[in-house]
This record gives sequence, structure tokens and C-alpha cells, in this order.
Amino acid sequence: MLFKISLSNIRKSLRDYTIYFFTLIIGVAIFYVFNAIGTQTAFLKVSESTREIIDILKTLLSGMSIFVSFILGLLIVYASRFLMKRRNNEFALYMLLGMGKAKISAILLIETMIIGIASLVCGLLIGTGLSQVMSALVVNLFDADMTAYRFTISGEAIIKTIIFFSIMYAVVMVFNSIVISKCKLINLIQSGRRSEKIKMKNPWLCTFVFIVATALLIWAYLTVNSETIFAKSMNLMIICIIAGAVATLLIFWSVSGLILRLVMSAKKLYFKSLNSFTFRQISSKINTMVVSMTLICLMLFVTIGTLSTAFSIRTSMNESLKTLCNADAEFFGDNIDAKKDFDVVERFREFGFDPVKYFDEYVTVSSNGLSNISIRDTMGEVADTNDSILITALMDMQEEVISLSEYNKAAEFLGNPTFTLDEDQYIIVCDMPTVDEMRNAALSTGIKITVNGHELSPKYKNVQEGYLIISAQHMNVGLIVVPDSVAEGFTETRSYLLGNYPEGDKETIRRTDEALINEYNSKIQGNYEQFVGNDKGLYVGLDTHLMISDSSIGLGAMATFLGLYLGIVFLISSAAVLALKELSETIDSIGRYDMIRKLGADEKEISRSLFAQTGIFFLIPMVLAVIHSVFGIQFAQNLLRAAGISNSISSLVATAIIILVIYGGYFIVTYLCSKSMIKERK
Amino acid sequence: MELLKIENIEKYYGNKSSLTKALDDVSFTVNKGEFVAIMGASGSGKTTLLNCISTIDRVTAGHIYLEDTDITKLKGKELNKFRRDKLGFIFQDFNLLDTLTAYENIALSLSIQKTPAKKIETAVTTVAEQLGITDVLKKYPYQMSGGQKQRVASARAIVTSPKIVLADEPTGALDSKSSKMLLERFNYLNQEHDTTIMMVTHDSFSASYASRVIFIKDGKLFNEISRGNSSRKEFFDKIIDVVTLLGGDVSDAL
Repeated sequence: MLFKISLSNIRKSLRDYTIYFFTLIIGVAIFYVFNAIGTQTAFLKVSESTREIIDILKTLLSGMSIFVSFILGLLIVYASRFLMKRRNNEFALYMLLGMGKAKISAILLIETMIIGIASLVCGLLIGTGLSQVMSALVVNLFDADMTAYRFTISGEAIIKTIIFFSIMYAVVMVFNSIVISKCKLINLIQSGRRSEKIKMKNPWLCTFVFIVATALLIWAYLTVNSETIFAKSMNLMIICIIAGAVATLLIFWSVSGLILRLVMSAKKLYFKSLNSFTFRQISSKINTMVVSMTLICLMLFVTIGTLSTAFSIRTSMNESLKTLCNADAEFFGDNIDAKKDFDVVERFREFGFDPVKYFDEYVTVSSNGLSNISIRDTMGEVADTNDSILITALMDMQEEVISLSEYNKAAEFLGNPTFTLDEDQYIIVCDMPTVDEMRNAALSTGIKITVNGHELSPKYKNVQEGYLIISAQHMNVGLIVVPDSVAEGFTETRSYLLGNYPEGDKETIRRTDEALINEYNSKIQGNYEQFVGNDKGLYVGLDTHLMISDSSIGLGAMATFLGLYLGIVFLISSAAVLALKELSETIDSIGRYDMIRKLGADEKEISRSLFAQTGIFFLIPMVLAVIHSVFGIQFAQNLLRAAGISNSISSLVATAIIILVIYGGYFIVTYLCSKSMIKERK
Repeated sequence: MELLKIENIEKYYGNKSSLTKALDDVSFTVNKGEFVAIMGASGSGKTTLLNCISTIDRVTAGHIYLEDTDITKLKGKELNKFRRDKLGFIFQDFNLLDTLTAYENIALSLSIQKTPAKKIETAVTTVAEQLGITDVLKKYPYQMSGGQKQRVASARAIVTSPKIVLADEPTGALDSKSSKMLLERFNYLNQEHDTTIMMVTHDSFSASYASRVIFIKDGKLFNEISRGNSSRKEFFDKIIDVVTLLGGDVSDAL
């Protein structure tokens, strides 16, 4: 009997809350998909270093799964509490008929179990399907071969999903039982009596609060994006975040009071068609959920921030690889302390290692790492305008000076622009964003430097793009290029060897790369003490294109996966809460729509009103979240700029598309469900 | 002048095995400026009749003419237009929108008609004066008494100057004092502003305010009496006589 009641209850609410069950299923599916990534990548042919990154990714994903399950758990508890409130009358009837609280709890228990099992089964089925699509993404992100693809089901992920969701549902069951055991019949019966009071907030207070909140928000935006934020303590950043959250709450509070006043004062708009009804509905909805709106807005903000930053990291990494890593391998060495000329190839040959034999083409370049010119000398007055930690640390570093012909040799090999110089000119080559700005400021004043007794003035008013060390980021803090005549007599303490492997397919190149690394490791790194000998402070290093790309691809993929995971879960949670609230409001308003219909309003006008209500309701938290994001992303960009990562339009577009599809999808489904609810019943 | 003409209308519910005739060959006419009450026991078909006239429900057979339009033939948009331009509704449970103030509730039926905002204000204040609700215009339904709510609902019904006002048990949820006040307002609207009113009721006291009472029993016209020049008290006694004759639970309403 109890089972029958439960089943019919579910059937009844399934109709009205399809979107909630749908969210549960998506939640399960997403949870499975991201936890199954480990199994999915198991068959991929990837390098050792990528494998390590995948292992880190797995750990991070399962760590994040705990957080995600916490969010989903909150969503489920919120939703079930919400759905229960709507059923107070039903519970009251059961109790009036003499059903015990234990039995009511049992009904709820059975319901939760049925929903739980159904959502798990459906979710896992959909998840297995989705994770095959995910395979394509995995292969693409890790730059692996698609040929090795096969259909996979991750038993580990299935078990994990079942355990996590079972815990969540168990919490809901306990929660429901507590609520039932505490409720009183009289409250249940009276809850049906709607005596919704419409309180108009004091408009002056609202305006005041709105202004204060806006000011607070602007302060937080500006502080967080000020140049000095990184130099100051963490506390300030935390204060900014709290200020932002509080301001968001206050804005929703005040806007819910003001929006109606504003529209009401525009009489032409307010008394047009169903507008008065529409705006009243919206304002009462916002009024009753200021706190939820704030949370939703902040979650959307985090979603936008996470997604766009994650995508930026990835695209930026891939872009940089194309422009900043134009050699297959590079050795570099520096014998700065010994103050002697140094040639990395010669030194290697002394130890029986000939790197050149691996290369099809190569070039050696030497420069002076011991210029007696500090970065401060090339900055003039600009030096003290920026007190960020990074710049301060750089100031006393010595500049690297290179002769024009040597630089051009390397630039030609790397596909960078080459230069010409007059006898009394110099150029600074630099590509690190923050340093760029300072150097440009100094160069534009035409600052002169003295090298080897020659006074030189800058050829260009800004720094030139270029690098000597291959990497995945803009990491060149500066290189002074001087005419050959000036460089004569330098002690060339620094030496580079740039080389490209013979052309071949991916496999051959990877094998050559491994052979090179192995020989270098055994003959030089394994023998380092002997290799250094008397030259204290001697330093050599090796970077290969594959090493760099593996790690940057791995980093990009990691950022993408974590971003997508968190972003999608936040997005569906917030959209689901909005949808749930909107649908329940619609159910409460069915009578109102019938009334309006009797007054002779056209179906079209009613639909338009419903569309406006749903649309504005979904739009309000999104608009504020987007405004937050404009500044938030700026902040993230400042943070990442030091690592040479910049935000690209494409990552913003990708973020917008994901949000539009998921959030927009929820909006459309909510609207259509509401529309069918208020349809005229004959 | 004939305003509403009802011709042999029938309304059936259910299927072949269990057919209920809610209305069985009902015909009558209502003239412009009349205040007609329709009386009958519960289940006699009086609300079905009102629903058919108000186009909320459709007749199975027969025709209903308002002026020269056959409203049983109207569909979709025409139906909505007809409803909002020609009819005014008053319901037993007021049916005010609880999220709107009295003023906005009255204004809503005008704005649905696409009346310009400027005209709305004068129209609402005028009708509020006629119904004596000027001082509650800013209040929400939950802040008003039943009588006030029903007068607001009445104001909403007549503010669009409809051809006919249809009232479904308007005093059903009111105490006797509020009922009396509302019915006096109906009388005033009917006599001073020439509003045509058709009211469904099972309460003889309410019916006695009308100029004509039509009795329905088991879906059929049973009787019809006019007030003529008699006083309300005399008319009330006449109604009671018919109700006694009618039997059933209408007599319980005494």
C-alpha cells in the first residue's frame, strides 16, 4: 500500500518536476564521466610525462568529486525540502486519516529510494554514452592517437558514483525523516492557507542600500584589479571577495524593492497589456529568494570565471607552443662565475657526448651573461614606479648582452624577425608581459646605456618580440642586442645549441627525442660533478619541444577538465534551483492565469507574460554574474599574466556557448513546462 | 430592446452510457438595461447556463445571440476579444489577483483591452467612486474585507463598459450586511448607469433586488416573475412563493 502511494506520488510530481529529475540524472552522468577519465586514458599511447600528468589529473578529479558531491548534495537536499513543503497538505491529510509519522516517513523513504535508483540507473547509462564522446575530447586534449580508441566502461567510476550518490540520498532520507518527525498537524493544515503579504520596501532605503552596494562593489572591483594587489597581503583579496558577495546580496535586496517602483512609475509601460501582472509576479519571486539569487549569481560567476580561465590556459598554451618553441631541442649552458668563455658543444664533446649527431640542422649561439649592467640601469626613473614582487626581484639581475650577428643567427633559426643596427644603437628583445610594459616606458624616454665603453641609444621606442630559450610561455625577461663592434672582446660566458631532428613521423621523432635525452642523462647529468670540474657555478640544461609540449598540453588538459567539471556542476545546480522555483510559482499561479483568461486576454499575451517572467528571472542573476566576471576575469588575467598566459576571445566564446546551451536549455525547458502547466484545461 | 437572446440551448455532459442533461432546451431573452436573476437549486444548471453565456463553456446545441453576434460560433481570438470587450464577470470567490492592488486589479481589464494608460486612471477613479471603494484602491486583496473585495471585482467587471455583466453567486461568500451593500450598488449601476446585469443566485434575498427572476429546475425553465411596480419586499414574498413551489434545497436558503 505504502509503495503504491509512493509510486503514484512520484508519477504525479514527475509531470511537474521533470526538470529536477533530469538534473539528478545529469548530475550522476557528469559525476561518472569525469571519474571515468582515468580508465579512458589507460589505453592511450602517451609519453611517460603525460602519463604522470594524467595520474595527477585523476587525483585532482577525485578530490574535486568530493567537493562536487557536496554541491550536488546541497542541491538535492534543497530540492527535496522544497518539494516537501509543497506537499504539506498531502501529509496533513495522511495524518488526519490516522497515519503515523513513521509511515509517512516510510512513504518518503520509498520515494527517495525509487528516485535514487532510477536516477542512478538512467544517469549511469547516459554517463557511459557521454563518456565515449568524452574520449574524443580526451584524445584531442592529450594530442594522442584516436586509433587506439575502444568502448570503455569504468567499473571503478560506477562504484564510486553509486557510493557517493547513495550517501547523498541517505542524507536526504535522514533529513526528511527529521522534518516529518518534527512537524505539527496544525502547521501542516494551515500552510495551505495562502496569505502572501506583499511588503513594499521603503524606496529611499532601497535606493540608499543600492548605492552603498554599488559603491562597495566598485571598490572591490578596483581594488582587486589594482596593480598593487599582488604585492599586498592575501587578506585584502579575501576582504574583496567577501565585500563582493555582500554587495551582491544587497543589490538583489534593493533591486527587488526598486524594480517594481521604477516600472510602476512608468505608467505607460506598467498599464500596458499584462505588464502590471508580469512585473508583480517577477518582483514577488525575487523578493522571496534574495539569498538564493545571491548564491546562484555567485555560482554563475565562478562558472564563467573557471570555464574561461581554463580554456584560456589551454588555448594560450597551444598558441605559445607554436610561436615560442620553434626548435626540436635546445641545450644551453652558463659559466658565469668562472668568467670564462664557454661553448656547450665543445664541453659535451670532451665527455664523449656529441649532441649534433642527432640533428638535421643546428645552430650555436653565444652571448655575454656577465654584462655589468643591471636591469635597473636600463630602466632609469621607471625602475621605482612598480613595486610588485616580481619586478623588484628582477631589478638587480644582470642583463644578458648579445651581438647582433649572433642574435640574428638564432632568430633566423627560430623564425623570429632579424634586425639591423647602427653603430650607436641597441635593441631590447623581451616578451614577458609585465616586464614589457616597464621596459617600454623606459625605452620611450630614449634611455642611453653604456656597454664596453660605448654609449648606445635605443633604436626602437619599445621592446621587440623574440627569445633564445624555447618554452611554452612568454618567459624572456630581456636581452640587449648590440652592434658586433661593441660586442668585440666580450667574455662569452653563455652558450646555446638549437637543433632540429631529421623529419619523420611522430613515432620516429619521439624515439630520437628519447635517445637524445637518454644519452644526455647518462653522459652529462649522471656525471655532473666531473662535468662541472673546477668551474663552480657552471650550469647546463636541456629542453626539447616534446618535453615542453607534453607538459603544457597536460597542463592545458588538466585545466580544461577541472574547469569543465566544476563549471558544469555549478551551472546545472544553479539553473535547476531557478527552474524549480519558477515551476512551483507557476503551479501556484495557475488560478491567476485562469482569471486573466476569463478577463479575455489572448493566449499570445499570456505566453508573452510567462516568457518575460521566466526570462527576467533567469536573466537577473546572470547579468550581475557577467558584470562580476568582467572584473573577475581581468583579475585572473593579471594573475596569470606573470605566467605568460593571456585571455583569448576564443575561450570567452567557448564559455559563452557552454553557458548558453546549458543555462539557455534550462530556461527553455522551464518555459515550455510552465506553459503546458497553465494551458487551458477543458 | 433585446440584448441577449438564448435559443433552445442544450448542454450534455458524460457519454452515451451515462448522459447528464445539464441544460435542456432553454430559451429566453434579456433586454438592455435589465437586472435579471437566475435562481435554482444546486445542480439545476444555472452555473452551466452562465458559463455558456460567458463563453467559458460551449453549448451542445442551440444558439446564443448577443446583439447580433452568435457567440456559440466564435473561436480563438474572436472569443477572447468578445470576452474582454462585451462581457464583465463577477465571481463568488472574487477572483482578484492577490499580487495586485485594487487599483491594478481594476486597471488590468482595461490594459488587456489595450486602453491607453492616460484613460485608465480616469476610468478607474470614476468606477471606484460609483462603487464606494476609492479609499481601498491602494490596498491588496488580503487587506480588504469580503465586501470590499467583491465591490472591487464588480468595479473590474464594469470598468470596461461591457454590454452585460455576468455575476455568479456574487453574495455567496459575503455576510448579510456586505451582501446588502453590494446589491444596492448593483441596483444603482442598473438604474443610474443603465448597466445590464445577469446574476445567478440561490438566495431569494439577493434575487429580490433584480427586476426579473428566472427559475430553473433540472436544466429546464421552470418559471419567470417580474417585479413590475411592486416594492422589493413584495417581490421578495413572490419569490419565496415560487421557491416553495420549486421545492428542493433552494428553500433551505431562506
